[in-house]
Formats: sequence, C-alpha cells, structure tokens
Amino acid sequence: MTDQVNLTFDGVTITAAAGQSVGAALTDAGIRSWRSTRRGDRPRGLFCGIGVCFDCLVTVDGRPNQRACLVPVRDGMRLESGGLREVSARG
Amino acid sequence: MARFDLAVVGAGPAGLSAAVTAAENGLTVALVDAGTQPGGQFWRHPDEHHPRPDEGRGQHLWSRFTDLRTRLRALESGAATAGRVELVVGHQVWFVETLAEGFMLHLSATHGETRLPQVRAASLVLCPGGYDRQLPVPGWELPGVMAAGGVQALLKAHRSVAGRRAVVAGTGPFLLPVAAGLAQAGADVVAICEAGSLSGWARSPLGAAGVPSKALEAVEYAALLARHRIPYRMRTVITAIRGESEVGSVGLGRLDRNGRLRTDVSLPDLDVDLVAFGWGFTPSLELVTAVGASTRVDVDESLIADVDDWQRTDVPGAYVAGEATGVGGALLAVAEGELAALAASRDAGRPVSEARARSLQRQIARGRRFAATMHRAHPVPAGWQDWLEPDTTVCRCEETTLGEICAATKELGATDARTVKLLARPGMGWCQGRVCGFAAAKLAIPVGEALTASDLAPLAKRTFAAPVSLETLATTPTESDSATSHDNDA
Repeated sequence: MTDQVNLTFDGVTITAAAGQSVGAALTDAGIRSWRSTRRGDRPRGLFCGIGVCFDCLVTVDGRPNQRACLVPVRDGMRLESGGLREVSARG
Repeated sequence: MARFDLAVVGAGPAGLSAAVTAAENGLTVALVDAGTQPGGQFWRHPDEHHPRPDEGRGQHLWSRFTDLRTRLRALESGAATAGRVELVVGHQVWFVETLAEGFMLHLSATHGETRLPQVRAASLVLCPGGYDRQLPVPGWELPGVMAAGGVQALLKAHRSVAGRRAVVAGTGPFLLPVAAGLAQAGADVVAICEAGSLSGWARSPLGAAGVPSKALEAVEYAALLARHRIPYRMRTVITAIRGESEVGSVGLGRLDRNGRLRTDVSLPDLDVDLVAFGWGFTPSLELVTAVGASTRVDVDESLIADVDDWQRTDVPGAYVAGEATGVGGALLAVAEGELAALAASRDAGRPVSEARARSLQRQIARGRRFAATMHRAHPVPAGWQDWLEPDTTVCRCEETTLGEICAATKELGATDARTVKLLARPGMGWCQGRVCGFAAAKLAIPVGEALTASDLAPLAKRTFAAPVSLETLATTPTESDSATSHDNDA
C-alpha cells in the first residue's frame, strides 16, 4: 500500500514508509537515541517531536544538525549519529 | 519578491481558517507553514504525496479540516479563484520586519535548503500555535521520555508508535487522546497520571456547559479508556524516571488537594519504555513580540498576545488567532482565524458580513470561558518542585541543573528569569528556552508566586525566531525592498 524507501543509519540499512520523517523511521527501527550531549555526553533522540526542542539533531547526507522529526526520508539517505557538530566550512 | 494583501503564518486550524476566509473575501494571501503540508499540529496527518485510505485516523474535527483543505485548493488552483492563495510550506519565519506600510517576512527552510525567501504583505495574521508545556522531572532527559504532542505526531503523521509500554502523565484533557491513540495503535498504556482532579470542572459548570461538544468528547474518551482498560489516576504524578540508556521505569507520587506531594503515600513503580508528558501548552509568542505587539499573561500563566474583539493587536495591520491568544483548542482557533480574516478584510476597506462577525465573537467568548474553566481545573500543581533533586536537569539544551539555578538565585542574588538565564544559562541553547522557559521562570521567583508578563516577555523575545546559519545570513539581501530572494547553493 505504501512505498518503501531504504536509508542507512551509521551504515546499517533501515526501511521506512515513504512520507515518514527520519525520526519516525528511526523509531520504527527501534533506534531511540542518535546523538550525545556536549556537556554530559548523554544520549538523546526525539523529545518534542514537532521541531521545537532540537534534541533529535542528526546528520543527514553529510549536513549536520538537522531535526530528525522534520526531515522526510528519501531513498538512499545517509544518517549519521554523533554529538553536536560544528558546521564545517564549505569546500 | 512576492507582495500580498495578507500574510498568514501557520496553517493549523486558525491559520487555515484565516487564509481561506480572507482569500474568499478577495484578498491575495500568502500562507506560510513550517510543516510539509497544511494541518498544523492538531491536524497533522500522513504525507499527502503518499495517500492512505485511513488518512483521518485518530483525528478530531477532521471534516472541518478536509472542508478547509478543499477550499484552500480551489483558492490555489481552482478555475475561478486560482492564485488567491500562495501556500509556502516547509518554511519558518525567522524574522518579521515592520515596514512603513505592511510587513516583510523573512523565511528559512526547516531543513536542507539554505535559500531565504521573503514575503511582503500589507497585513499579517499570526497563527503560530503552540507546543506542550513541560516541567522537569529527575531523569526526564532519558530517551523514551517525550512530549505528549510528539507521541501524538508520530501516530497521526507517521503511524509510528513511540513505545510498547507507556505511561501518559501531566495534566489536562489532551492526555486522553494521546493515551487512546497509543492504545489503539497497539501499545500497552499502563496508566494516565493526571496531577489534577476532575473536581475542578464541577466548580465551574457554566464554562463547561457552554461548549457541549467537549462533553461528548469526554464521554467518548471515557469509553475508549474503559475498552482498553487504561487506569486514569488522579492527583498522581511521575516523581522520577529511571533507566540507563533509556527509560526503564518511573516512580509515582500522590498529591494532596493543594497540589503538594504527600509524604505519607508510597506507590509502586511502573515499568515502562515510554513516558509521554504534557502540562498544558505553551503558545509560540516570538513572532508576536517581534512585531512589537502587546502581551499579557493568561489564566494558565502562559504569555499570550493581547487582542481586541476583532483579533487585532495594538500594532496596526497585525492580527493574532489561535493558541497565541490563549490556549483554547481547535474549534476556538478556527473561529478566531475566520474573525481575524474578516477584520483584516474590513480594515482594508472591503465589505464583510457584520452578522457573521458577531456570531463568531459570541462563539469565541463561549470558547474562552470554556478554556478558562479548563485551565483552572488543570493547573500546574503547586508542589511540582517537591520531587526535583539538585542534579535534576532543568534546561535540556544547556544541561543546566536545578542546583545551578538555585546557586544563581541564592548565592548570586538573581531575582528574575533573565538574570538566572545569564548566570546559569537555562534557555540559552538550541531551543532558546521554549522547553524549559516556564520552569526556569518559575524557579527564578519565590515558590507560590504567579508569573507576570515582565517575567515571561523577555524570555519569549527571540531575535531570530528560528536558527539560521551564518553562511545563510551572509548571503541575505540587506535592503528590505531588494529585488528577489537569494539562492546561495552555488
């Protein structure tokens, strides 16, 4: 009924329904945290779920600090966990 | 650069209603929303590019939405009225500029793109909605603890269930649809922990009786809770959340009639992998303060826009509708949106139905009375600080603890939220105090005192209403009336 898309999280392939958010895809794959905090090195994932809290930041196709709850999945998308990242200079 | 008669920010119940009404009255309208499609938080639904037969599952007032959506589409591309509404989705307003005549909205994409389009409009209806209000609890930063609205958003838009064994906690009627939604999706909801008691409703039957559909909703939820055997525990709060890398269990406490933690009652822990918290809602006020409109504090201690009985702020041409004028639910928001659009049309010299406006004003007055009853029946419990520990995280972004905030007030002499923020950094991180703002403001003033507009307004003011990268800013046109928006994806 719904189209499936494949994406990778830290190199591991996960499947999602087209139209889902990255946060929903990770949730359905049983993944609940994908970054650690700067100060306490504590795990974080979805909290507000609607783009307000920025807890769910994730690197999407090399672009850091994207809100997983807002970014829609796309076939072939690469997700990477990590901490808060500096935005690297363009090059 | 596009110019419109009216810009509407937010395509939830209030904004959709405002945009459709204004465009049907002949105004050209830009409707801006951060989501990928109209609906807002209340009518969040699966991606329309991948249609589902059960699109409206778990929704309320869904036919109101589909009616507005049909009218919106006609105004976007219908034979007779095409082009009256331009829908700009996937964009947040990061800055509103007040011009000599009208407003300039500076937009940024919610993800991905780095273009910064602009929208210029003669008048402005702000319908920014709100989000779940939160209170800190020991362990609430563990994965598996979520805002109730976030759990609901996963269900409504993505059919994702955030956990298998859930507890829904906080206060207010919104806990019910979240618990019901989880249960219907197959999760085991072990309890709803409601900090208040239903006796609050009995004290003001007049307010509740004014909106009969709400009583029906309550009956509907009571039946759902019974069917799924979900215990509804009143005067019960989560006092601690335990787990290593994610939630494993929660500790509970019982409140007395004054909302203080009872030390003579001990309750068994609940083993859960999901905690959904909601303590009412916080309206989004950054754009309201950005245009310089006056604010005040509502019954529920939320900062709200001060509007007249036509939804006008004290800034000419700026109107506010929906939760930002006081949390009151979708029906009220739809009525306010329509009235704001009539007001904007009328103030622009177009004829509107005065009878319709008066009918809306009466409906809004009833809705406001109901909302006040709801807020009084579901206050944040007086004892919410009773179960905090010195190492409890208050600000999730900056990981500021209660102990650090207390040091700022007790040792460094801070007596207001702004000074506490400067000294201990709560509210200085990514979310800019949207999540911890209420709690941090309460912690800065003596226990039991009510928040005032001067406590809340400095916290709601955010120069940038959404994060924008320096790279993007550097390529933004500086002249507000420069020709076109820029694209720096070169």
